[in-house]
Amino acid sequence: MIGWLKAQQWSPYVVGAGIGVLSWLAFLLSDHPIGCSTPFARAAGMVEKSLRGKKVQDRPYFREFAPMITWDVMLVLGVVIGAFLSAKLSGTFAFTWVPAQWQAAFGDSIFVRWLGALAGGIIMGFGARWAGGCTSGHGISGTLQLSVSSWVAVVCFFVGGIFTAMIIFRAILG
Amino acid sequence: MLKVIHSKRTPQLAVGLLIGIAFGFLLHKGRVADYNVIIGQLLLQDFTVVKVMLSAVVVGMVGVYGLRSVGLAQLHVKTGSFGSTVIGGLIFGVGFAILGYCPGTVLAAAGSGSLDALAGGVLGALIGAWLFAAIYPTLEQTILNKRIFQHLTIPELFKVRPWAVVVPICCLIIALLVALEKAGF
Repeated sequence: MIGWLKAQQWSPYVVGAGIGVLSWLAFLLSDHPIGCSTPFARAAGMVEKSLRGKKVQDRPYFREFAPMITWDVMLVLGVVIGAFLSAKLSGTFAFTWVPAQWQAAFGDSIFVRWLGALAGGIIMGFGARWAGGCTSGHGISGTLQLSVSSWVAVVCFFVGGIFTAMIIFRAILG
Repeated sequence: MLKVIHSKRTPQLAVGLLIGIAFGFLLHKGRVADYNVIIGQLLLQDFTVVKVMLSAVVVGMVGVYGLRSVGLAQLHVKTGSFGSTVIGGLIFGVGFAILGYCPGTVLAAAGSGSLDALAGGVLGALIGAWLFAAIYPTLEQTILNKRIFQHLTIPELFKVRPWAVVVPICCLIIALLVALEKAGF
């Protein structure tokens, strides 16, 4: 058991099945699908609330998605903790700035990688809220419920993602 | 009984946290908290992300529709439209490829020590979500409700019982996964 928990990686099918079982538990125990992008909106609202107080409620979006600690905010905090535990148990936890494939394409500058990650994060966070979900909320939880919008969304995520990655890594950098 | 559990705030927050911990643990063990694996998927070289997602969908679908059949779960399906789902989905994909993580995996990457995910990706996603909230009233009046999808679920779309869709889709996904393995991915 301990050896298994310390393994550096598990079969993607075991991991996928495990996530599937987690979705049962989320529906059964919490009447809630697993999703990771709504809490980013809530957290952004909480930051604005700390700066502007109740005026944050002037924004209709934050009346719909209240800037407070909810089930989904706890879920994403858990994701950070769970990944930390797995990395520590595997002995692979390490502070890194520049991933290998990025470095091969753009060099080892921390600033350039940070800027790329920030820009990508802004576009992704914006797009996730525009589409009403992300790779978890639409890509897994929505598709498993056979939601029409989620199947459309996940196709668009990958069309946009594959196209952009091919442009960056194939067309521009060859 | 379940309704009582669902209505208690503090236990619910604890359940959310525990499910999140297990989710993050699995994302890391599945290597999908790794930038290289995600970019490998988008370049169609490494199919780990697709394998994880599709096996989660098969197991999750059978279980959630099973729970629903015996009255222990209800669906939570989001409405969509061309204006929100398609355009937003494509924007998401562009950011996904530039960042190299999605909202769940960027947090898992941050937890496993990737500072680009924490200081770049997480910060960026917060800014992006806030920007959307800021311009939401304008978008809502102009584009988000363009061509709203008329059906919530695929069984409604084809006017069939849910299991008439669950079984064939699961078979198709399993066949696709077997084909991926046979093709050497």
